[in-house]
Amino acid sequence: MGIALKSRVAAPQLPSQMACGDNQTGTNLPPRAGSLNGVIVPEQPGKNAIEVRGVRKVFGTGENQVAALDTVSVSIRENEFFTLLGPSGCGKTTLLRLIAGFDFPSAGEILLHGQDIAPLPPFKRPVNTVFQSYALFPHMTVAQNIGFGLEMLGRPKAEIEARVAQMLKLVKMEALKARRTSQISGGQQQRVALARALAPQPKVLLLDEPLSALDYKLRKEMQIELKRLQHETGITFIFVTHDQEEALTMSDRIAVMSAGRILQVGTPRDIYDRPAERFVADFIGETNFLAGTVISKKPGVATVKFANNATIAAGYPEGFEPSGEVTLVVRPEHADLTPDPVKGTIAGTLSNIVYFGTDTHYHVKLDGGENFIVRHQNSRSNPVIYETGTKVGIQFEEDAARVLKD
Amino acid sequence: MTTAALSPVTLSKAASFEAQAVKTSARRNRLLSLPALIIIGIFGVLPLIIICVYSFLAAAPYGGVQWQFSTDAYLNFLFQRDIFDDTLQFTPDFLIIYLRSFLFAVVTTIVCLLLGFPTAYFMATRPPAQRNWWVLLITIPFWSNLLVRTLAIMFIIRDEGLINNALLALGVIDKPITMLYTNFAIQLGLLYAFLPFMVLPLYSSLEKLDFRLIEAAYDLYATRQKVLWRVIIPLSKPGIIAGCLLVFIPALGAYVTPLILGGGVHLMIGDLIAQQFGSGRNWPLGCAQALILMAAVLVALYFYVRNTSGKVQHG
Repeated sequence: MGIALKSRVAAPQLPSQMACGDNQTGTNLPPRAGSLNGVIVPEQPGKNAIEVRGVRKVFGTGENQVAALDTVSVSIRENEFFTLLGPSGCGKTTLLRLIAGFDFPSAGEILLHGQDIAPLPPFKRPVNTVFQSYALFPHMTVAQNIGFGLEMLGRPKAEIEARVAQMLKLVKMEALKARRTSQISGGQQQRVALARALAPQPKVLLLDEPLSALDYKLRKEMQIELKRLQHETGITFIFVTHDQEEALTMSDRIAVMSAGRILQVGTPRDIYDRPAERFVADFIGETNFLAGTVISKKPGVATVKFANNATIAAGYPEGFEPSGEVTLVVRPEHADLTPDPVKGTIAGTLSNIVYFGTDTHYHVKLDGGENFIVRHQNSRSNPVIYETGTKVGIQFEEDAARVLKD
Repeated sequence: MTTAALSPVTLSKAASFEAQAVKTSARRNRLLSLPALIIIGIFGVLPLIIICVYSFLAAAPYGGVQWQFSTDAYLNFLFQRDIFDDTLQFTPDFLIIYLRSFLFAVVTTIVCLLLGFPTAYFMATRPPAQRNWWVLLITIPFWSNLLVRTLAIMFIIRDEGLINNALLALGVIDKPITMLYTNFAIQLGLLYAFLPFMVLPLYSSLEKLDFRLIEAAYDLYATRQKVLWRVIIPLSKPGIIAGCLLVFIPALGAYVTPLILGGGVHLMIGDLIAQQFGSGRNWPLGCAQALILMAAVLVALYFYVRNTSGKVQHG
């Protein structure tokens, strides 16, 4: 709590100073609208920082055509930590590159505060990128790297120096400012890359899997660091990752992508608890899939019957009408074991027990032949000790099951 | 051509080899370098010592040397001894040839750089599978002798040559433009002969360039021009330095090209030195001229490297 408070106290001067380069008179005038060194500064900032409208991106020609993005539309709000999540090849990096300006869409438009930036070259977009490879300039020092963007914008030397100092402090790299980028560690390079992209005060910061090259512990640290930076600078972050855990812990909202399409956009809780499609449920976290038959339906809730005639109330996403044979998804932590098979909604045999320290995974071979995993959090007062090979029942928490489109 | 021995790869990779050498054991490296050292010793250092000694001897009347100490060769470089009263008179003839050769070499280097850089950049940005074909195309001129290729240029640019005949036939000109045996012809020949030596090291440098850095620079508001000057050129500096050295030094001592295309009228250093061993019959003077050339190159090199290497500290 104390840390959070402190960062909030330190924060205010940053965004205000960062808001505009010519705001040095001390009076807090609103940023001047129009063109700043050819970089577009929006007249009236709208509610959405970025609006992607019907964007298609096709690579190759003729028969070799591949649609990397298949008519994608998404709105990213101001000051939002927005994540594009999906397996490799899903089009998330393509979308990021279109926003950055390294590629141009085959169709559709990309609005930045209401203005179409799709035809603009990267150096005319007030958008900066943190690259997966960091792409730091090897012939420059840490400080020169951070100051590069401002220098290219033609800002006065004194202002560049002040901002570089500010950025070095922000990413805690003051001591290494004179080093060459080849003389610092991977984690430090990561910080420099962040500082370099933040220094010109972009309207939107794009991050292309920036943490994937770091080891586990450093990655955890940088996740917190990134959240802090986003909070302190108030800049919209668009973060690309294939790591669902990273996406869940860091994002305000997530767009789950697959095969060039956005399948679902929502808060981490939405995405995890109420996945819209089977792919989303499967990709994010562990999920059990169960077969069942819909026997009755109310708006939003369907009653599904299992093979053993037991029934369960299951939610389903809007715009989807489940009927007949369906697949239910249940998160492993939303189910529990009972030693008495009859007490459970469904039953099976314990095939494997995997101990994870914080929790234990019970693998159950259901009577119907399917596999089911129950995750149980370990606690000091855990009364029941299960053994493999024993018959167990599985109980579901309320709202645990969901019917999804295959 | 002495330049054929200096492969462009050798120079551009010299730096990385140097770093490796530190890691592996010093003794084994010494053994590995022994064959090269022996060859350099016998065919490089020994002749140099002979040239050095000869330059301080007196000329024999029909070529060769007399074993008699003399500084005449060096004096003759700038002065001429009056036949009648033995006084020394300043004659800048050799100096002018030297300066003109330097000018030719500088122009060759600059134009090769201006032409070679876009070419090398184009090659380095092709898909990897295509790049080797482009390298092959660049090296095609090496498959035939420079003498033959220079003669070919002669046939193209002479008064009854391809260009003049074509222009006459098209009615663009009434009488042939004299190109052969002019400074232009020498310059053209030098450019043609040395362009590949610029392109190859530039290519090897640009090929290693991380093109994501260019994207990063664009992203950070650098225009195309600024990307070139602030990122691409600084990062390809090793290639630029190697290319300039590989063009400048051999161009300065070029022999065949100015001889054929200059028609013996517009001398360059190489021809001048060769003359002393042939019709001039003044071996010591030739040796002195060669050593003066070497000293001049070393001085130029010292300043060039001192001015450029400080800014290139990376890989």
